[in-house]
Amino acid sequence: MSILVQPDTRVLIQGITGGFGGRHAKLSLEYGTQVVAGVTPGKGGQTFEDKVPVFDTVDQAVAETGATVSAIFVPPAFAGDAILEAVDAGVELVVAITEGIPVADMMRVRATMEGSRTRLIGPNCPGVVTPGTGPDSSGGCRIGIAPGYIHKKGSVGVVSRSGTLTYEAVWQTTQLGLGQSTCVGIGGDPINGTSHLDVLKLFNEDPETESIIMIGEIGGSAEEEAAEWAKDNCDKPIAGFIAGATAPPGRRMGHAGAIVSGGKGTAQAKMEALTAAGAQVADNPTGAGTMMAELIAKL
Amino acid sequence: MNIHEYQAKELFEKFGVPSPRGQVAETAEQAREIAGGIAGKIVVKAQVHAGGRGKGTFKNGFQGGVHLADSADEIGEIAGKMIGQTLVTHQTGEAGKPVGKVMVAEAVDIEKEYYLAILMDREGRCPMIVASTEGGVNIEEVAEKTPEKILREPVHPLAGLQPYEVRKIAARLGFAGDTAKQFGKLLRALYKLFLACDCSMVEINPLVTTPDGAVLALDAKFGFDDNALYRHPDIEAMRDVSEEDPREVAASEFDLNYIGLDGNIACLVNGAGLAMATMDIIKHCGGEPANFLDVGGGATEEQVTNAFKIILGDPNVKGILVNIFGGIMDCDVIAHGIVAACKQVDLNIPLVVRLEGNNVEAGKKTLAGSDVALIAADDLADAAKKAVAAIAA
Repeated sequence: MSILVQPDTRVLIQGITGGFGGRHAKLSLEYGTQVVAGVTPGKGGQTFEDKVPVFDTVDQAVAETGATVSAIFVPPAFAGDAILEAVDAGVELVVAITEGIPVADMMRVRATMEGSRTRLIGPNCPGVVTPGTGPDSSGGCRIGIAPGYIHKKGSVGVVSRSGTLTYEAVWQTTQLGLGQSTCVGIGGDPINGTSHLDVLKLFNEDPETESIIMIGEIGGSAEEEAAEWAKDNCDKPIAGFIAGATAPPGRRMGHAGAIVSGGKGTAQAKMEALTAAGAQVADNPTGAGTMMAELIAKL
Repeated sequence: MNIHEYQAKELFEKFGVPSPRGQVAETAEQAREIAGGIAGKIVVKAQVHAGGRGKGTFKNGFQGGVHLADSADEIGEIAGKMIGQTLVTHQTGEAGKPVGKVMVAEAVDIEKEYYLAILMDREGRCPMIVASTEGGVNIEEVAEKTPEKILREPVHPLAGLQPYEVRKIAARLGFAGDTAKQFGKLLRALYKLFLACDCSMVEINPLVTTPDGAVLALDAKFGFDDNALYRHPDIEAMRDVSEEDPREVAASEFDLNYIGLDGNIACLVNGAGLAMATMDIIKHCGGEPANFLDVGGGATEEQVTNAFKIILGDPNVKGILVNIFGGIMDCDVIAHGIVAACKQVDLNIPLVVRLEGNNVEAGKKTLAGSDVALIAADDLADAAKKAVAAIAA
């Protein structure tokens, strides 16, 4: 197993006819992902890359293709609506790649989703990858924008808020031969769907995941909450990295959620929480991969 | 994005949040006219984004960016000494901030000062009202020393602010009778403003009661959700670029995410997380980062060239560290951008480049085949060590 998505997971893409969505839909198809449908309002009846049918609504796409996961590449002004449309259609998982969704929109989306069967990952995230066994890890399930070739099927679970930081850790674990069970980018926005803690729990339950790399950044307290839980409940080794130790307070560091305000959300506090939970904390993201290899060698 | 005090006042007036009567002036004559319409004591305040105005000094020698006076003529005279001058406060740095406008308002008698704010609470995923009877002081200090004096009321994101919540907060602040009613009206108007303008924070400090029974917002601070500015052209128009770091203004023109810092090693990185991590490791290796710069996941050669020009425009910069993990991004595009930039600017400081990922061999070849003098690095730690060593040499 692995978590969230498997090589046979049936995926639909909202915004498949847009430039960004189309480019990554094509890369996912090449990776071997089962992209079974696209949705763009007003473009139903078209076919993407001569093989993927495009529908006007998620409701139709799910009914016709049995897709269980939706990836959102819809522009920010319409992304909140797109997420709720997927929730309404009853998909199991929504992965929102879109960057720049207003926080108030996400607040309403989260409150509206309460009690539904759908899990949301993101927004403003690189997506989810469960590597396959083919060349350059193809044959797996790639949802989002991560480069497929840096992965390798293996045993490390990776969870992170940032895209390029995830790639650093993934690449390092691939180089070291460890590989990954699943890599989850939860996104850099202040209000998101799935937290570090949620993913940590999934990795802890997953027999294929033997160790976990958790990458965080300044802002909020999600890393501290995950660390607090891990202290007593996680039986797998964790290597961590937190970005933003040198970020000036009160400034948003690229990601909407990466901001230290009122003395809260500092890198220092997060590193201390991870250390207190028994995790190894690295001083750079590639170091997290190396540490993981060392931890595993000791097991 | 920050706004001026007079702009905050305009928003308050639009949404019905009571504040002292006053207006903005761009000339001494205008200031005198506005003051002429106000009875009693009058206050004139220089409009800059920095705090500490009252204790600031103008570069022409005039003391203080906030003054009280009794007559319109006095206000006009003081305004004349502020407008067109540069104010230096403990928050502006030595360069100071140019004062283009002043606000002229009635100086109200204060009975008691309170604190009132609404902010977007990320943990609760809802708006949070924060209030305290301890106003006019640093609220973070109050929160630390006497946390029981800060009250917090989360508002349900779908149900919105309920009348009982307003009554509860009013009562806890000790308001009764007509004052409670006035406070309630103010809070409801403020909540409406918070949502309608996509604020990340609106803070009134102090909120005051006056001897004649009014409840007024005396000073305010706003934060807006940058992601939502597209639907608020009126708020975006309040942006005053003369208040911002010129390097950051230049970077935003090219869709580059740049934040200026005080160090001397400039960084150019793709991805916000990796850009932060690059700053961190420079510091860890004993150096000081000059900036945060994320060129994004799909940077073009032109963007990279412009990014180079911006970081080289900072006179403190003694060395450059380029750190690229090209996932989807083509390392060769970055390499061409570096070469093009070095041709356009006269690069005479050390340049450390670490390229990894997609099409990395072509990128390294492009760099090696050019006449750009650079120091190649294998990984992030290696790159930071080399950058720190290069500027020390």
